Amino acid sequence: MSEISLFKVTIDGEEVEVAPGTTILQAARQLGKHVPPAMCYYTKLQGSGGKCRTCIVKVTAGSTKDPRPMPKLVASCRTPVMDGMVVANETSPEVIEARKGVTEFLLINHPLDCPICDQAGECHLQDLGYEHGAQKTRYDFERRTFDKIDIGPYVQLHMTRCILCYRCVYTADQITDKRVHGVLDRGDHSEISTYIEKAITNDFSGNVIDVCPVGALTDKTFRFKSRVWFTKPVYAHRNCPKCTGKVTLWYKGDDVLRVTGRKDKWGELEDFICNTCRFETKKTADWVIEGVVNVDRHSVISQNKYTLKAEKPVVPELASKHTGEGTWDHQLK
Amino acid sequence: MKPLFSEEALAIVEKYVAKFPEGKSKSAIIAILHLAQAELGGWLSPEVMDYVASILKIEPIEVYEVATFYSQYYTEPVGKYVLEVCHTGPCALRGADEMISYMERKLGIKKGETTADGLFTLKGVECLAACGSAPMMQCGLNYHENLNEQSVDVLLEEFKKESKVRRPFC
Amino acid sequence: MGKIKILTKDIGTPNLQNIDVYISKGGYASVEKAIKTLGPDAVVEEVKKSGLRGRGGAGFPTGMKWSFIDKTPGKSRYLVCNADESEPGTFKDRYLMAENPHVLIEGMITSSFALGANRSYIYVRGELIYVVRILQKAIDEAKAKGYLGKNILGSGFDLDLNVTCGAGAYICGEETALIESLEGKRGNPRIKPPFPAIAGLWGMPTVVNNVESIAAVPWIVVNGGEEYAKLGIGKSTGTKLISAGGHINKPGVYEIELGVPVEEFIYSDEYCGGIWKNRKLKAVVAGGSSVPILPANLITKTANGEARLMSYESLSDGGFATGTMLGSGGFIAYDETACIVKNTWNFARFYHHESCGQCSPCREGTGWMEKVLHNIEHGHGKPSDIDLLVDVAKKIEGNTICPLGDAAAWPVASAVRHFRDEFEWHIKNPSAATQPGAVFRNEAVLA
Repeated sequence: MSEISLFKVTIDGEEVEVAPGTTILQAARQLGKHVPPAMCYYTKLQGSGGKCRTCIVKVTAGSTKDPRPMPKLVASCRTPVMDGMVVANETSPEVIEARKGVTEFLLINHPLDCPICDQAGECHLQDLGYEHGAQKTRYDFERRTFDKIDIGPYVQLHMTRCILCYRCVYTADQITDKRVHGVLDRGDHSEISTYIEKAITNDFSGNVIDVCPVGALTDKTFRFKSRVWFTKPVYAHRNCPKCTGKVTLWYKGDDVLRVTGRKDKWGELEDFICNTCRFETKKTADWVIEGVVNVDRHSVISQNKYTLKAEKPVVPELASKHTGEGTWDHQLK
Repeated sequence: MKPLFSEEALAIVEKYVAKFPEGKSKSAIIAILHLAQAELGGWLSPEVMDYVASILKIEPIEVYEVATFYSQYYTEPVGKYVLEVCHTGPCALRGADEMISYMERKLGIKKGETTADGLFTLKGVECLAACGSAPMMQCGLNYHENLNEQSVDVLLEEFKKESKVRRPFC
Repeated sequence: MGKIKILTKDIGTPNLQNIDVYISKGGYASVEKAIKTLGPDAVVEEVKKSGLRGRGGAGFPTGMKWSFIDKTPGKSRYLVCNADESEPGTFKDRYLMAENPHVLIEGMITSSFALGANRSYIYVRGELIYVVRILQKAIDEAKAKGYLGKNILGSGFDLDLNVTCGAGAYICGEETALIESLEGKRGNPRIKPPFPAIAGLWGMPTVVNNVESIAAVPWIVVNGGEEYAKLGIGKSTGTKLISAGGHINKPGVYEIELGVPVEEFIYSDEYCGGIWKNRKLKAVVAGGSSVPILPANLITKTANGEARLMSYESLSDGGFATGTMLGSGGFIAYDETACIVKNTWNFARFYHHESCGQCSPCREGTGWMEKVLHNIEHGHGKPSDIDLLVDVAKKIEGNTICPLGDAAAWPVASAVRHFRDEFEWHIKNPSAATQPGAVFRNEAVLA
């Protein structure tokens, strides 16, 4: 194999070497530090990104060959690195200020109904607001609202919360065989919709819930069952003829309240899962339990996990086989 | 799907499609929707849009996405004559708002409404690239420029006498 | 300055839309010369030498844009003419296409030949379907004469030229939104890179040029790029169509040699003929609604007191602090009775209406600015609104996918910059300011 010469990139003063074609965002993820927030970009969805503008960064030197700075802030998720590029993310006051602006734009028409939103606790907009938002809103106009609609038996669309990241549209386009929902209308009237009432029945349609960064698309089989931070995520798999069958089960006591795909540390799905696994396979007996999820995102879910000594879920199979592996205590040592 | 277009209209569709390379017929959607609006009732009902999707062999949602994006497509029924008065800056400097008010009084409707007889819909629209002959309006294919109250009166009378609806298509 | 006309010289000739009349005026000579004498690369060279800059608003050198096109063998190349003229204040392309359609068709043929494009499109805004029909007739005539189609003038060069339409969307004037629309999609601008020269229409190398830029190519090819570069001033070479509107005596399209003093343009009978109703001039938007508005005292003279000229450089002298841009050449004059707050609200409404909604700063920010301006105009403004507007505009500017964000932010920011006292007056005196015909006067800015 011929050796690929790597590009050296500096992000907030730290160097990382990445393959040509890597974006600034992915380079930062490889570095593991100074990672810009991303509300619309999704690694597995082709064409995603560039829209929300939260990941904007300052390129202070374009490359070794052409060290001029880029004239405007750029979307790190869609800008490929060059050898010798120097990027300022958290160290640039200009970036911080612009990101604060973007956060405000995303929030002015958001309902802020977190107390009754199923996404609360695992909402990327909540995290973004916490890290980059202002304490007060300057927007004193009526917020945009839409009626909630059911798109099929399993998914509810609450458009009022949507930030128009387009991820669900790309998912339907690329993961399912027939897209029935899309972005309609224009400007700030744009909405995700099926236009005329249509059920989304595709076997992989449930993935739109997992890719949604906010509580706009929620799992009807889980709605209002529990706050997510009172549930305990456990990795499990089963032999599924349609998908990899690798999932996360969300337990409350002995009950599986929800099944989702597995997400990596950036909140992105590792595999898209089918609707049978997601919505119709909710008994522990249906699954081979692998172990509890090590929640390392800064969400409230981890807060709960790291302070409580868990007694449940009881995972008999693993506990007996592997001396305590698979219990919370073991995982949290 | 049962064809809604006439033979003549279908021949025009073929001409639109022929402007694009093979496999790129979706490009013809913009022109086809104009034609559909002109030929099939003056607005784009879900039935009409589904029909256009079937012609182009694309999913209906792809048609809805396009139809709701562009301001010239009407996704609700409109009057036989849609009077589209430009109300953007340069026209506003030369009396566009006053012209709209006059037409509102004359027609007995507000901007955005349709007369009870279904003859006229009055709309304020954004710049039509005729700033040098303001105030102006578009009705169907035609631009009517340098409007004043008298010329509007004459136009509206002419429209009332015409029998054919004039909706533009390429 | 000389009075040379290039694009409009024959307008007024009866039946100029007829190809025989057009040919009798020397039309289609550039096609003959390009194909039979010059060859593609030499045509590109002439356009580079001419210094022609994109007439749609950005002012990017056309020849350089052409030279970026990916010439990988086996890849189709496309030339697309941007005839989606929608920038408020601008109506030159409509005028040119309706009056002299063949100059655009000729320019498309010569330019397509230069770029090696065998299939080209003219994308006309959807409201101008009557212009589409005029252009279609011109294309049919050119085809019948052998200037279009297979093996043009026996050269082996084929060109399939098509005219298509939009359906009402200012955003489609942005080149990648136009390409999306031409592909039959919503007019959402693409994220760049890649630029169209590498991956444009259907993923293939594409050049998108404004009507007026392409229409200038025949003259450049026939007379030589150097001759064109002799016209105008400095890097503002050649002639430019200016759409003049607003409170002037003679609204219309004027072809000027770049470098005409702004004062002459406004007051000479050859052009705008002065401010109507014997009023004073209050402000000017010199290059279409998106460029910064300037008060009268800064439009005829720069901050240094030099006479300001109708050129890219002179109009932008002083940066945004005291200057503006030539943009698309949409020249809007405001007399002393014009209300800047109302006009700013009007423009903000336009950009709010035209935002595609794809990226958050533009989608949310344009509507926010419109609402705040609506409040001020209607007597519900708050003192904090002015700084809020400035800040919202600042947070849109430069942070969006396409230039519509800047286009929406600049009119608001510049209006506050130069007319802040007028905004304050509206907020402090809501009952007086909302009286019909009420207007804030500041003699210092009038001319």
